[in-house]
Amino acid sequence: MLRLDDVTKRFRIGALGGRSLTAVDDVSFEVAPGEVVSLIGESGSGKSTIGRMILGLQPVTSGTITFDGSPVRQGKEFYRNVQGIFQDPFSSFNPVFKADRVFAMVKDAYFPSTPGHEWAARVENALRDVRLNPGQVLGKYPHQLSGGQLQRLLIARALLLEIKLLVADEITSMLDASTRIDVLNLLAELKSRGLGVLYITHDLSLGTYLAERTVVLRRGSVVEMGPTGQVFGGPLHPYTRELLAAVPRLHQPWDDATPVDTCAYHLHGGTGVLAEPEPGHFVACARLSTCQ
Amino acid sequence: MSLQVSDLRVHYRTLKGDVRALDGVSFDLADGEILGLVGESGCGKSTLGKALIRMDGRMHRTGGTVVLDGEELPIDDDRRMNDFRFRRVSLIPQYAMSALNPTRKIRKLVAELLRARGATVDPAALESRMAHVGLPPEVLDRYPIELSGGMRQRMVMVISTLLDPSLLIADEVTSALDVSTQKAVARALLGFRDSGYVTSMIFITHDLALTHHIADTIMVMYAGRLAEKAPADVIVKAPRHPYTRLLLDSLPEVGVRYADRRLDGIAGSPPSLLDPHPGCRFRDRCPLAGEECAEDPPVTELAPDHLVACWKA
Ligand SMILES: Nc1ncnc2c1ncn2[C@@H]1O[C@H](COP(=O)(O)OP(=O)(O)OP(=O)(O)O)[C@@H](O)[C@H]1O
Ligand SMILES: Nc1ncnc2c1ncn2[C@@H]1O[C@H](COP(=O)(O)OP(=O)(O)OP(=O)(O)O)[C@@H](O)[C@H]1O
Ligand code: SF4
Ligand SMILES: [Mg+2]
Ligand SMILES: [Mg+2]
Repeated sequence: MLRLDDVTKRFRIGALGGRSLTAVDDVSFEVAPGEVVSLIGESGSGKSTIGRMILGLQPVTSGTITFDGSPVRQGKEFYRNVQGIFQDPFSSFNPVFKADRVFAMVKDAYFPSTPGHEWAARVENALRDVRLNPGQVLGKYPHQLSGGQLQRLLIARALLLEIKLLVADEITSMLDASTRIDVLNLLAELKSRGLGVLYITHDLSLGTYLAERTVVLRRGSVVEMGPTGQVFGGPLHPYTRELLAAVPRLHQPWDDATPVDTCAYHLHGGTGVLAEPEPGHFVACARLSTCQ
Repeated sequence: MSLQVSDLRVHYRTLKGDVRALDGVSFDLADGEILGLVGESGCGKSTLGKALIRMDGRMHRTGGTVVLDGEELPIDDDRRMNDFRFRRVSLIPQYAMSALNPTRKIRKLVAELLRARGATVDPAALESRMAHVGLPPEVLDRYPIELSGGMRQRMVMVISTLLDPSLLIADEVTSALDVSTQKAVARALLGFRDSGYVTSMIFITHDLALTHHIADTIMVMYAGRLAEKAPADVIVKAPRHPYTRLLLDSLPEVGVRYADRRLDGIAGSPPSLLDPHPGCRFRDRCPLAGEECAEDPPVTELAPDHLVACWKA
């Protein structure tokens, strides 16, 4: 359904765009219908940039991104099928519109013939699905809602569209554990009805809870990807191990074991090709065997 | 004693009536203490942060006091609060990263912010604090849009503490960071405290495991009120409030899969803060609720430093 082939993104930075920064470097992966792929990686590794390119909000520098066979591009038809929810809920809403208006705009654009009362009922359902109380949020402006309430409003808005693919960039970062699980379960139900999700997260436990496959990104490149159980159960790349060691766990002190640092990947500044040591499990590491 | 909040009530005025986002919250924070603040989304955590720094036009205090280092904070006097902001109490707002002026390079932006407060930049100090949170000095020559979310977040953290405030309120500062950056930033915050850049801290988060690692004390709020407050270890190992217990139960461990074991959130939703029903606010969702719960449970000290608002704790 969604397919990225050798996608690279370079930004011009500095005065007059004199320097360039490779934010995404030769990334390829796919998301199938009914599949959740989680994309994890350190801050600045290019996760949101990938999300924005998939939604056609930023052009790729090279490579291709296709959805159901055709290149992604902005436009109503495309957004009927593909929606993105971005990291920062506070700047994702127009501050002058109340929540009701936000939903009315979805109706005007995509469901003009749906009767008003039917639409109202759908909005209410969508809100309850994300554990929002319609009466508490509908009459409010964005600044009158809490971070987690805004985040859930975004989710509800995207899911009203019966989309095929959702790009979810840190969509549960401001939700308490209980609400978060409810939202994840909701995504899991939609997934079983065929929704594909690119789930960008820093929270490995949430990633494993939902995703069949995991892509680990570092400095714009994929360093490891494969079935979630294999990537986290038997991580091959030192960076994946480092991430796992950094996960804060209750009842357990932070694991300070210095990650394996001797891999050729580090020595050569991270330009390995992907090797496939077991079917479907890829790793970028020039000398895989000596790191294990 | 660095901070004393007593029976603080801060409401938002709306057309439908007052939203009682903080409805009688009391707690103390000692010098050097890091207080982790957790609770259901929408329960009033950011409101507490905002109340101690800058109330927006619709917020008003209907009761209570805030005393910082022996001096009462004039929280509803925007002008007088100017003497306290940044110097005595500083806030890193939730998603502060969208607050950076996009048209200025970071270096200029920092200089302007400091100048507005009558201070100047010490480049060496600035860079060493940036290094503390893993930001290279080159970042100073970039525009905010050229930084990733997490990098901006860390930059705001450095800026907010440049004037060594006595109290720092960090609202979800790590929620957008990957685990290894998160660990580095959390430790940097501890380092900020240990180096005296900030004296004490309120660390608002949804990440119980993370806050357990860095906070001395954890306070759990529910619907505008305190539910439980205790040393971090006690909250995690021997919580007494039913809400705290259920919240801990809904944490997934790495490795738990939906397909193998479906976790569930706490059934039901929190009461409206417009007109909350009398009695315990967790009543509709509480498995232990009984008749006495129709009355407000008082905050009681079960053990030294262990406060709980529940009839059955
Ligand atoms: N518009 C832009 N112009 C120049 N550089 C940019 C731009 N947007 C992003 N970058 C750079 O690209 C890199 C990747 O940024 P991106 O926002 O994709 O990271 P991320 O993985 O989403 O990080 P985070 O977890 O912190 O959100 C960063 O180094 C960032 O500084
Ligand atoms: N300006 C406002 N006007 C009216 N109600 C408001 C306003 N700002 C916040 N609220 C309401 O006050 C309550 C508390 O909001 P607050 O932002 O403090 O929550 P929070 O605990 O920080 O939540 P989150 O974890 O989701 O960030 C929420 O129910 C919110 O809808
Ligand atoms: S006071 Fe009653 S309803 Fe409230 S948490 Fe305790 S047992 Fe539950
Ligand atoms: Mg991002
Ligand atoms: Mg908040």
